[in-house]
Amino acid sequence: MPKLKTKILSNYFGVDQAWTLDFYRGHGGYETAKKALTEMQPDEITEEVKTSGLRGRGGAGFPTGMKWGFLAKPEGKPRYLCINADESEPGTFKDRQIMEWDPHMLIEGVMISSYALGVHTAFIYIRGEFHLPEVHLSQAVAEAYAAGILGEDCMGTGYKLDVVVHRGAGAYICGDETALLESLEGKRGYPRLKPPFPAVEGLFGCPTIINNVESVANIPWIIANGGEAYKQFGTEKSPGTRLYGISGHVNKPGVYEEELGIPIMELINDRAGGIKGGKKLKAVIPGGSSTPVLLPEECEELTMCYEGVAAAGSMLGSGGLIVMDETTDMVKVLVNLLRFYSHESCGQCSPCREGTGWLYKTMKNLLAGLGESGEIEKIEDIASNMEMRTVCPLAAAATMPTRSYMKKFRGEFEAYLRQVEAGQATLV
Amino acid sequence: MKEYTPEQQQQFHAAVAKYPHKKAATLTCLWIAQEIDGYVSLEAMEYIAHILEIPVTAVYSVVGFYSMYNTSPVGKYHFQVCHTLSCELAGSEAVIEHLQKRLNIKPGETSEDGLFTLTRVECLASCGTAPMCQVNREYHENLTPETLDVLIDHLRQEAATHA
Ligand SMILES: Cc1cc2nc3c(=O)[nH]c(=O)nc-3n(C[C@H](O)[C@H](O)[C@H](O)COP(=O)(O)O)c2cc1C
Ligand code: SF4
Ligand code: FES
Repeated sequence: MPKLKTKILSNYFGVDQAWTLDFYRGHGGYETAKKALTEMQPDEITEEVKTSGLRGRGGAGFPTGMKWGFLAKPEGKPRYLCINADESEPGTFKDRQIMEWDPHMLIEGVMISSYALGVHTAFIYIRGEFHLPEVHLSQAVAEAYAAGILGEDCMGTGYKLDVVVHRGAGAYICGDETALLESLEGKRGYPRLKPPFPAVEGLFGCPTIINNVESVANIPWIIANGGEAYKQFGTEKSPGTRLYGISGHVNKPGVYEEELGIPIMELINDRAGGIKGGKKLKAVIPGGSSTPVLLPEECEELTMCYEGVAAAGSMLGSGGLIVMDETTDMVKVLVNLLRFYSHESCGQCSPCREGTGWLYKTMKNLLAGLGESGEIEKIEDIASNMEMRTVCPLAAAATMPTRSYMKKFRGEFEAYLRQVEAGQATLV
Repeated sequence: MKEYTPEQQQQFHAAVAKYPHKKAATLTCLWIAQEIDGYVSLEAMEYIAHILEIPVTAVYSVVGFYSMYNTSPVGKYHFQVCHTLSCELAGSEAVIEHLQKRLNIKPGETSEDGLFTLTRVECLASCGTAPMCQVNREYHENLTPETLDVLIDHLRQEAATHA
């Protein structure tokens, strides 16, 4: 696939001062919002987004226009838009680039989306650790208020919009949309049981739309150029471009904007410069740590679109690839990930709280050479008991990858067991 | 209950005004308290509960849930090293070992002079520039033993000149 010529999101990544209002306006910024707020009806915008086929970039890939269509509009109740800038899925570091380099693009997306949804207060929930992205974003919001772009009368259009940047305080689970709402309400980030869905009863009991940063950053381009134009990029079922984040054993890790449907090997070998030290590829996590791992042979023909990765038994997720070379110990990899999930389980449901802890401990014991025979079956058993019995998908985000490592690299797990059986266990 | 200066009180009240419901300002108020005092004291929680008109236990429960609020003082420079997968693949364990040696503390500890605290943390969304750590709010990426040494020397010097 040739390199992307028309970039939608990353035009100004790495450009000094690109985060300022002067720069943004100098490059046509906020003209689309002005056009939308003065010349378009809210429903026309939603229709355009539906036409574009844009799918959520936060992980699940739900069509954005369709989600907007579900927003309840009861009389006398405000509606809210919440932007998910929690970016905590291991292997994911893309939303950060938007907020760091081009925060006004996000704010313009928030304006157009809010107008389409009839929202007058939008929140941007940014993870507490982010510093530079938060500083640039907050500065951009302040600049937009000072210039009359946000506030009581957005750009003289008569539309009122407040944008509040809300800092989280360290908790992966707050990336889950209902945990995010709880956290915004000033509580522990415990995911909510659904229904009711946020589009009906969300923030402060009011209808709420939650969208990822990258999803909303696409909106100005879609409204400026039309939904049809957006579909020239990507595949039929996965239109547009994505910010792919590539980390691990590659020569040039980083964020690359490319079309959906780009071959995964092209991303790894061409954009990211191939495996470090000329080593062989061993495994790839295609879309953040919660997505099942893939073998090199599964990647040969794989294209990076929602349907392509799903057909290979994994998920496009957050678009964060983690690449591992032939020297990688897959048991260690799984121990690392399970430590993460057991640490991040919010503890609300016992199958998840206990299960993630058990998985981590059992796997750590195996790594330490303390695994007994039957251990692998035990792990599968724990995993089965965790699935489908929890409030949110975090438990499955731990078990699905676990199953994939144990299935695809079974020999490595068994080798650790055999050490025990041969009496070579070392207490660590 | 903690006594804040009128300017500091103003900071809290401005935060509360941003939200349609007072309680929603809990996280933001806790951030303000931590920025002022370096950690969140029980007295600060009492103050926050008072202005948000919620029970202290509600504030306390929130503090316990989130990893970034410190309930006791930490070192002047808080090294938070990411040890999640992309960072581990890039050598985060070597980073932690190096820091342990140079700072003479283990993860979870604060140096005797009160300058440094070392903590292991989960993915900070810098996986493409691994290994990395966050010192107070600042990110330091693509770490090597050499860049770590430069950083530590710089911080020690900074502390000495401001002492
Ligand atoms: C445990 C968990 C963590 C999540 N973390 C994030 C995150 O960091 N950022 C994000 O945008 N979505 C995250 N999501 C997905 C959100 O729940 C939600 O689907 C998304 O923000 C919707 O936006 P979109 O439709 O624009 O993708 C997470 C989901 C779960 C279950
Ligand atoms: S599945 Fe896990 S993370 Fe999700 S609500 Fe239950 S305990 Fe919390
Ligand atoms: S794994 Fe360390 S920043 Fe993501």
